[in-house]
Amino acid sequence: MSVTIETYNTIAEADAALGNDGCFIAGGTLVMRELNYALNTTGGAATTTTTSGSYASAGYTSSGYTNTGSIAAGNSHYSRVLRVNAPPREIRAQGDRVQIDAAVTMADVLASRDVEFLAPVARAVGGPAVRNMATVGGNLFAPHPYGDFATALLALQGEVHYANGRTQALDSFFLERDRAPLVASVSVRVPRHGEFRFRKVSRVKPKGVSVMSIAAWLPGAPSSLSQVRIAFGAMGPTPLRATAAEQALERATLDSHGIERALGVTTQGLSPVDDALASAWYRMEVAAVHLRRLLLNEEPGA
Amino acid sequence: MKKTPIEFTLNGADTAVFVDAGANLLDVLRRGVGDLSPKYGCGQGTCGTCTVLVDGELRLSCLTLAESVTGSRVETTGGLQQGEEPHPLQTAFMEGFAAQCGYCTPGMLMAAKALLDRNPNPTRDEVVEAISGNLCRCTGYEPIVESILTAARRMNGSAV
Repeated sequence: MSVTIETYNTIAEADAALGNDGCFIAGGTLVMRELNYALNTTGGAATTTTTSGSYASAGYTSSGYTNTGSIAAGNSHYSRVLRVNAPPREIRAQGDRVQIDAAVTMADVLASRDVEFLAPVARAVGGPAVRNMATVGGNLFAPHPYGDFATALLALQGEVHYANGRTQALDSFFLERDRAPLVASVSVRVPRHGEFRFRKVSRVKPKGVSVMSIAAWLPGAPSSLSQVRIAFGAMGPTPLRATAAEQALERATLDSHGIERALGVTTQGLSPVDDALASAWYRMEVAAVHLRRLLLNEEPGA
Repeated sequence: MKKTPIEFTLNGADTAVFVDAGANLLDVLRRGVGDLSPKYGCGQGTCGTCTVLVDGELRLSCLTLAESVTGSRVETTGGLQQGEEPHPLQTAFMEGFAAQCGYCTPGMLMAAKALLDRNPNPTRDEVVEAISGNLCRCTGYEPIVESILTAARRMNGSAV
């Protein structure tokens, strides 16, 4: 396989040039993995992903900001890699929402006071070097079991803003992300203090890939919940909302009695797979346990 | 395959090299430039042994598109030595038995350098966090953490 690298000055120019055989690269944490395998430039053993479960063969993998080529490890169908010189990396507060440029890195998120509520999420992504490279835009396209940050964005009523000017809710974006145009930025609602919670469940600490991640936006907490949004990562081909649990929490109180009904329907709509980290059965069995811990701020073992 | 010229500084020295399209920085450093200090481990950003600094920022060279470092300042373990003397981190690693097989050591050293460059007096937890992207299968990490703390104290002029 051979590729060409094309460098553009703006995201709009790159979007116009993308075509069906192009793949956009920003931080490189996803696309370079594919390129290293496809080009075998490092001369080492094949870098087949061992954590992707069966989603890859189901065609759910994606490449970065956009996936127009159905890319899977060792099966890259793109021939052009597009990049932008110094893409915008700003975070802008806009009323009750905050807009985050796609090229903003996890390290940028950690350094910003405007998105302090997302700091625990960014901190859960990789180690320091990965956080310097991995971008918010790239995380939207991260294949299972990655995409913890995108899970949080989904819970916070996220929207993607494409380079072509169109805006789309993340709920529908995830249904068709393999055909999405180039993403320029994302925006989310800013939760009130204490209304947003995130938990990453992994076997290796402090750095490990998700068995699952859960993000919950809890307006009205703790007395009378309203319009709750709960998103699970690594429990499906993309981040998924637990809508049955959300509905069960309407007007509920955030205590063990108030969340009981929601815990009973936690897994409705979730569809995990077996992978090297956990079986689908295990994930389904423990999902409600981890949701309870998240909602009640319980520590494991408490 | 068409090659593209790139220029950057490697450990302070102006460097120019032709790279294949899609090549990663690790491959260019090792095969193109001959700096064998960063190691190839997993090729997918998991092990951290290829860690380098680009413009002072910690990066995984196996996941860095070589063309993206044009005009940048790249630092590797190969440039840590200060004249005839090893870097205080290297000395502390040797004295503290922080290297056994040694394969993770280049990445550990660069992760530690990035930490001490911005935080000369880190806590133990900050050291653990700083090397959390670097795997070591020999030492159990404790000698590495202790050596980084020792180096920090020495660099600050504190008694050890």
